[in-house]
Amino acid sequence: MNPISASLFLRRLFRRRLVLFAFVVLALIILLAILAPLVAPYSPTGMRVINRLKPPSTLHWFGTDEFGRDVLSRIIHGGRASLGIGMAVVVTSMLAGTTLGLVAGYFRSLDALIMRGVDAMMSLPDILLAIFLVAVLGASAGNVVLALAIVYTPRVVRVVRGSTLVVRELPFVEAARTLGVSTWQILTRHILLNVASPILVQATFIFAYAILAEAGLSFLGAGVPPETPTWGTMIASGQQFADRAIWVVLFPGLAIVLSALSLQLLGDGLRDMLDPKLRKAL
Amino acid sequence: MSGIHPAHVLAIRGLDVRFRTEAGEVTPVRGVDLDVFAGRVTALVGESGSGKSVTSLAVIGLLPRPSGGVAAGSVAYTGKSGVTVDLARTPASAMRAYRGSEIAMIFQEPMTSLNPVLSVGEQIAEQVRLHMRLDAAAAWRRAEDMLGLVEIPDARRRAHDYPHQMSGGMRQRVMIALAMSCNPRLLIADEPTTALDVTIQAQILALIDQLRKTHGMGVLFITHNLGVVAEVADTVSVMYAGEMVERTDVRTLFRAPRHPYSQALIDCLPARAARAADGRRLIRAIPGSVATAFAAPGCRFAPRCAFRDDACEAALPDLREIGEGHVSRCRRWEALA
Repeated sequence: MNPISASLFLRRLFRRRLVLFAFVVLALIILLAILAPLVAPYSPTGMRVINRLKPPSTLHWFGTDEFGRDVLSRIIHGGRASLGIGMAVVVTSMLAGTTLGLVAGYFRSLDALIMRGVDAMMSLPDILLAIFLVAVLGASAGNVVLALAIVYTPRVVRVVRGSTLVVRELPFVEAARTLGVSTWQILTRHILLNVASPILVQATFIFAYAILAEAGLSFLGAGVPPETPTWGTMIASGQQFADRAIWVVLFPGLAIVLSALSLQLLGDGLRDMLDPKLRKAL
Repeated sequence: MSGIHPAHVLAIRGLDVRFRTEAGEVTPVRGVDLDVFAGRVTALVGESGSGKSVTSLAVIGLLPRPSGGVAAGSVAYTGKSGVTVDLARTPASAMRAYRGSEIAMIFQEPMTSLNPVLSVGEQIAEQVRLHMRLDAAAAWRRAEDMLGLVEIPDARRRAHDYPHQMSGGMRQRVMIALAMSCNPRLLIADEPTTALDVTIQAQILALIDQLRKTHGMGVLFITHNLGVVAEVADTVSVMYAGEMVERTDVRTLFRAPRHPYSQALIDCLPARAARAADGRRLIRAIPGSVATAFAAPGCRFAPRCAFRDDACEAALPDLREIGEGHVSRCRRWEALA
């Protein structure tokens, strides 16, 4: 829990090669998505039917899809939607989950109410609940974010509540109270700062889950409308050609696996770093 | 202490604190009277479970709610403005204004009483901004000054340190700086030296003593260590099982204790132990253990007392004045002389 300088933190985190590798891959994917219009060799929507389902070549590194669109360019542009949705889910579920978790952990009278709601939501399978929510809300990128944020908020609530229960009993919280610090400040400065590390770890995991779930929802047709390129919609529309042109689904699939895997690895690295019990073993 | 009485900071009268537990209602503090004067140190002595800390929490308004609360009595506090208020009847929302700026508290555990993720300077500056309405730069300067005041070497640099970069003694100094940062009138020190080693203890006691003199604040010093009491206190109140058993000035307590419990505590001090025939000192322990809050009527100390008779166990003896400023709850105080 002790704070250390940023450079020392990173040096320790990257001492494990796998974590460094994951970080580099992730940074590369995010950079490509941000710079998509500059780095993509073709337009993601430019159709040339004459070029349809061409295998990978020097002209089209990842081949072309059923409308002759460049798969590589679509993956790069699709990353914007996939990662953007993932990021939005992380931010939304973190905000909601941290608030609810702090409240549940600190105000004991609200604990039972909040946690029973959380338990009820966690008893439903993630993807089923998300499909249900999208079906009710309507299929759009915004609603996918909302649905996935609702699905993942309970996980954050649990983690934050658990840590809050520990931290609220520490003597420095009592000491702050004897010095007249308000409940609001105790929550935001004294407790929130001390539960920040498990929240950070959860954030990386939820980012990975959200990317996978968005792809799943899009594949099932309950996600982003197919005209928007995301990794999920690419696989959904390409699946019927998978036997003839495996590259149409293989490369978007690889993009999903690589992003989710590197996020998981990074999350593992962070968790091991921030958990004092595990840190000694490193 | 003779002469003109210094100004009252705190006057507790007939304080009862009650808790609701699963085993029923308990009253861990009963009928406590306690005075703290400006620029003076009142020591509150007793073993674990005697109600010392509960008394201090009642003063500062932080008894665990809703299970605990003040059931009777008054806690008259005379603040910086000279106005006296009854803290026992002050609503929780108004109590917060007193904590930190008027009444501050330091604790036993310097290792865990500071927030591990904020630098010590930030923690003091936060406190100063909260109560003194200074801007960030002025609050930081005040934090540096306070760290200097508690004799932390190189205070300007150490203000940026985090608690884990400091030793236990340093952290207790930071806690004191934090408590003193808004010039409180009353400092409650709950066993502030118990977790420190002896040489550091002496330094911390000297520091508290010096700050008391220069700032003229009253100190309520809670401890179980009579050696520390002899060092710092002006007046001493001895508590046993939630009741005041003896109150007097520090010299009288050590010279002529008039309650068997106080006497037994003094006999536990290695330096006071009587010499046996072969010249070795024998430290006498008090037999038995402290009474629970659910105990029978009669003197609470009777089961452990060498002077008891049947009347002691029949009814709770009253506090009686046995000398100038000297009260004892023992029926048989004359037998102790």
